[in-house]
Amino acid sequence: MTRFSIGRRKFLTGSGLAASSLLLPGCDVFDAPDSRLREVMAGANALTYRVQRLLGGGRTLAQEFSEADIRQPQKPNGVSAPDDAVYKELLSRDFADWRLDIAGAVEKPLSLTREQLLAMPSRTQITRHDCVEGWSCIAKWTGVPLSLVLDEARVRPTARFAVFYCLDTIERGLSGEIRYYGSIDLVDAYHPQTILAYGLNGRPLPVENGAPLRVRVERQLGYKMPKYIHRIELVDSFAAIGFGKGGYWEDRGYDWFGGI
Amino acid sequence: MKSDTAEGRPARGIKGPLVYRQALSTRLTHWAWAISLFFLLLSGLQIFNAHPVLYVGDQSGFAFDNRVLAILDEDTGAGRRGVTEILGARFDTTGLLGLSQRDGRDAARAFPAWATIPSGQDLATGRVVHFFFAWVLVASLLLWLIGSLLNGHLVRDLLPRRADLAGLPRDVANHIRLRFHHGRAYNPLQKLAYAGVLLVLLPLMIATGLAMSPSANALMPWLPDLLGGRQTARTIHFLAMVLLVGFFMIHMAMILAAGPLNELRSIVTGWYRADPPARTASPTEPR
Repeated sequence: MTRFSIGRRKFLTGSGLAASSLLLPGCDVFDAPDSRLREVMAGANALTYRVQRLLGGGRTLAQEFSEADIRQPQKPNGVSAPDDAVYKELLSRDFADWRLDIAGAVEKPLSLTREQLLAMPSRTQITRHDCVEGWSCIAKWTGVPLSLVLDEARVRPTARFAVFYCLDTIERGLSGEIRYYGSIDLVDAYHPQTILAYGLNGRPLPVENGAPLRVRVERQLGYKMPKYIHRIELVDSFAAIGFGKGGYWEDRGYDWFGGI
Repeated sequence: MKSDTAEGRPARGIKGPLVYRQALSTRLTHWAWAISLFFLLLSGLQIFNAHPVLYVGDQSGFAFDNRVLAILDEDTGAGRRGVTEILGARFDTTGLLGLSQRDGRDAARAFPAWATIPSGQDLATGRVVHFFFAWVLVASLLLWLIGSLLNGHLVRDLLPRRADLAGLPRDVANHIRLRFHHGRAYNPLQKLAYAGVLLVLLPLMIATGLAMSPSANALMPWLPDLLGGRQTARTIHFLAMVLLVGFFMIHMAMILAAGPLNELRSIVTGWYRADPPARTASPTEPR
């Protein structure tokens, strides 16, 4: 994905952005991720989100493809070999000690083993993975519908989002190690094609694609589908998570709604 | 008769009448498009830079080859070069595409820093800018369409008629000789160009843009199918951009050739200085 340079962050004070400077492609206005102008423009994403939800609702299905369309291995992106001690130890024992915790605004917090997930009803779908960078890759994913897990945990009415916490460190900065995290709304969380995938192209999910478990959110872009997940928390707001935008990339300028 | 009465060259000293040529809705939306297309182009090149390869079909071939265009930087024996590959044919485009200068240093990027918003590599902001102006474009195009259907602009001025097509060869010849008739009506090439951009290219841009959105795909699965798959839609989006840039360059050249101040006045105030009517309307005029 895109590299970010935090040092480039500039705070634009004052609202008097000369219109002429807007017309210079090389100008700094758009190089400042915190600029007020950028925030106004990012509001268009909220419009896109509302319109797509209004028109598409919760039920429209992402396109599904045939076996013949699977022509290559699923291209991994982001972290493809977590270097974390905890992850490596879990991997060395084939994830026997790994658990998926469901917590937050639920009546019955869960801690599921891989065997328990494998024993639940599964869904298999051949879908197209669209990366925010622009490329696409078709693969067959198998997993437990997230809705079944949420039903078992009994989500409280206050919950608005499902937040995924991952085992892979994506950034080592001055503030310490940052592990990947991301979130979706409950419309997508309960969508029939939103699955916690443990299988890829008929085999167990490989490490580079997110073993032991990753999310598939088929109506959004790849960065909305965290890999190496170990915890799902139901929340009513992102305020306490990261920088408050709802995900690792969202906190670095990407739109929270990744449906476009 | 003297040659200065020929079409496109009004007699010296005799001014033609001012005609009201562009309705307010046309002028406002024209400038909304000018601004939004400027930002859409430069932010679009930023987005393209994140994965500067175009393919045909539903997916991108990593284990097979379905690419039609790639702008890359390569480490050749003679140092790093910018390479543009179109349908297998390779061109050295060092300095412009693939490898260019930014702040005096080599930058490995498809389109150079001066051609993208933001100038540095920043996909997230490029997307923010792109989708903001995409909404501006869609809204202004819809407003224009409604306004132009109501005030008759679309049918009266833009849709080419049989007479326009019949007059096309003569109009092409006039354009080549830079002879312009200044009147309220558009000439056949203008009609084709404007109608082509507004009714074909821009709707195609929006359709191919929506075909790249996974959420819009779920809503309209027929759209990427109709366009040949998501990656083909992305390629068409890029090609339509190239055509729009071509239109823009011809548009600018024609304005300069036909009288920039008069043309600018008509798209700002609506009023356009026409040729003196009696002279240019004369059918017996020598050509």
